[in-house]
Amino acid sequence: MVEIRFHGRGGQGAVKGSDILAMAAFKEGKEVQAFPSFGVERRGAPVTAFTRISDTPIRIHCYIYDPDILVILDPTLIGAVPLTDGLKPGGKVILNTSRQPVDFSFPATREPKIYTVDCSSIAVRYGLGTPQAPIINTAILGSVAKATGLVSIESVMEAIQEKIPHRSAENAKAAREAFDETRD
Amino acid sequence: MKKVLTGNFAAAYGATAARVNVIAAYPITPQTTIVEILSEIVANGELKAEFVKVESEHSALAACIGAQAVGARTFTATSAQGLALMHELIHWSARARLPIVMANVNRAMAPGWSIWADATDSISERDTGWMQIYCENNQEVFDSILMSYKIGENPDIMLPTLVNLDAFFLSHTSQVVDLYSPEEIDAFLPSYKPEHILDPDKPSSFGALTSPEHYYEFSYKIQKAHEEAKKVIQTVAGEFQKTFGRFYGLVDPYRCEDAECVLVCYGTIAGTAKEAVDALRETGVKAGVLRIRYFRPFPGEEIRRILEHVPKVGVIDRSISYGNRGPFFTETRDCLSGVQAGLYGFIAGLGGRDVSLKDIQGMVDIMRKDTPNPLIWIGVKDVC
Repeated sequence: MVEIRFHGRGGQGAVKGSDILAMAAFKEGKEVQAFPSFGVERRGAPVTAFTRISDTPIRIHCYIYDPDILVILDPTLIGAVPLTDGLKPGGKVILNTSRQPVDFSFPATREPKIYTVDCSSIAVRYGLGTPQAPIINTAILGSVAKATGLVSIESVMEAIQEKIPHRSAENAKAAREAFDETRD
Repeated sequence: MKKVLTGNFAAAYGATAARVNVIAAYPITPQTTIVEILSEIVANGELKAEFVKVESEHSALAACIGAQAVGARTFTATSAQGLALMHELIHWSARARLPIVMANVNRAMAPGWSIWADATDSISERDTGWMQIYCENNQEVFDSILMSYKIGENPDIMLPTLVNLDAFFLSHTSQVVDLYSPEEIDAFLPSYKPEHILDPDKPSSFGALTSPEHYYEFSYKIQKAHEEAKKVIQTVAGEFQKTFGRFYGLVDPYRCEDAECVLVCYGTIAGTAKEAVDALRETGVKAGVLRIRYFRPFPGEEIRRILEHVPKVGVIDRSISYGNRGPFFTETRDCLSGVQAGLYGFIAGLGGRDVSLKDIQGMVDIMRKDTPNPLIWIGVKDVC
C-alpha cells in the first residue's frame, strides 16, 4: 500500500486532488481510499488530504502518519506546518514552486527525493482560478504521475475529465504540462 | 459495476437500488450529500419516488411513518442533533412496526459544536425498538441498506433499521464500491407488500389507545421480533452472499480462533484494528478483532461463543454512557457473565479524534501488561 499526504491551503483543491488521484489509480484496477482531514475548511487555511492506493482491499481508516509521498501545493507551508512528520526514509516530496529541487532541504534523516514544478504558472496559463489564487490541484497530479509512476498521466487526465465538470480539458492539459515540466 | 464513492453516495445509491417509494429528509452536516444526491436522482427521473421536502427531522420521520403506514417503502437520513430531534418518532415508528430504513451519519452531540464521528447519537436511541447496524466501509453501507429492507420487511420482524456510518471516516471518504446490477438487486429484494396498511376501503387504525390489557403484549412481541431477527439476519446474509458474494452476519470475527487478546469494536475503528492485529501477529502477539455489526438485536450468544475461551477482551467504544462505562463494554460484559476473561473498556475517538494503528497497539499493550480495568481513556490530554 502506498500512502500519499497532500498539504495545501483552502481553495487550492487539495481535497479534490486526493480524490482525483484515487480515481486515476482505480482506473488502473487498484483499490483506493481518499479523504480530507475533515476540518471546516476556510480559504487560505492549511488543509490536509489523504490518498491510499493498494493492490488489496483497504481496511485502515485513520489519518496517514507515515506517508510514502508528500504533495505540497503551497511552498509557504514549509516551516508553517510540520510537513515532513512521519515521511518514510527515501520518500518523495512533490512541491509546487518555481524554484529548483536543490533549493529545498528537509531533515537529513528523511532523505526525501524532491521534485518541483511551477503549477501556479501552469494553472494561470490555462485560466484555472485567478492569477492571484490559481487552482493547481489538477496540474500537480501530473507531477505526481511523473515523480512516482504510481499512475499513468493518461489515467490522471481521464480522471480529471470525469471529476472536473468545469474547464475539464484545460485541467487535463495542465496536468500533462506539469508532467512534462517536473524537475528532479 | 464498481465505482469510487463516498459513504454518503453509497447510502444514497443503496436507497435508490432498493427502489424506495418515498424519501423525506432534512439536511444536516455531514449527512447533507445523501439528501442532495437523492433529490437529484428523484428530480432527474432515475428513481420514481416521492421526495418530501420537510422543515425538520421530526417532520422527516413523521412523513416516512405516514407513507410507510399506507404501504410505501421509505428512506430517510440524518446525524446527531437531527436524530435527537426525531427521538419521539423513533419510538413511534418501531412500536407501529414500520420497517423504515434510516442512514445515520454518526456525529458527536453538541456542545461543543462538532461535526465529527462519535456514536453517542445512535446509542442514545438504543431502547426504541429499532435495529441498529454499524458499518466498517462504504460497500457495507450500500449492502446494509439493501439487506435492512429485506430483514425489516419480513412479516415476522416488521421493524425499522438504523444503518450507521462514521462521520467523515465513511461519509466523506472515497472507496471502491460494487453497485451490482439492478436485475440482481430486484431478484434479491422484491417490492414491499405489507400485510396491514391504512386503506380507506378497509378502515383500520395504527397506534390507537392501548390499555394495560394489551400494551404489555405489544412490547413482548417487539422483543420476540428482535429475537427472531437474529435468525432472519443470518438467513438473509446467506442469501446475500449467494447472490453478491459478500457475507454480513451479526458479528464479524477476525483472527479470533487462537487469540489471547481480542479487541471488540464497531464502525471504522474495526478496520484499523484488523490492520493493527495483522502487524501484531507478525511480532508473535496473538491478537484478534471481533467487530459487532448489530447493536440491536444484540448478538450476545454469538459474542459469548467466540470469546468464552479468550483470556483477555478489550472493548473500544467511540461513545460513553456518562456515569458508567462505554455502552458496548457494558453489553459485552453482560453477555460474558461467568466467563473468566480479563475485561478492558477503552474510550477512544470521541468527537472525531483519530484512532491510529499506534493507539490500537497501545490498547493491546495495556491488555497484555495491566490488570483488567473497565474504563480506560485513550490519549486523554491534561485537562486539569
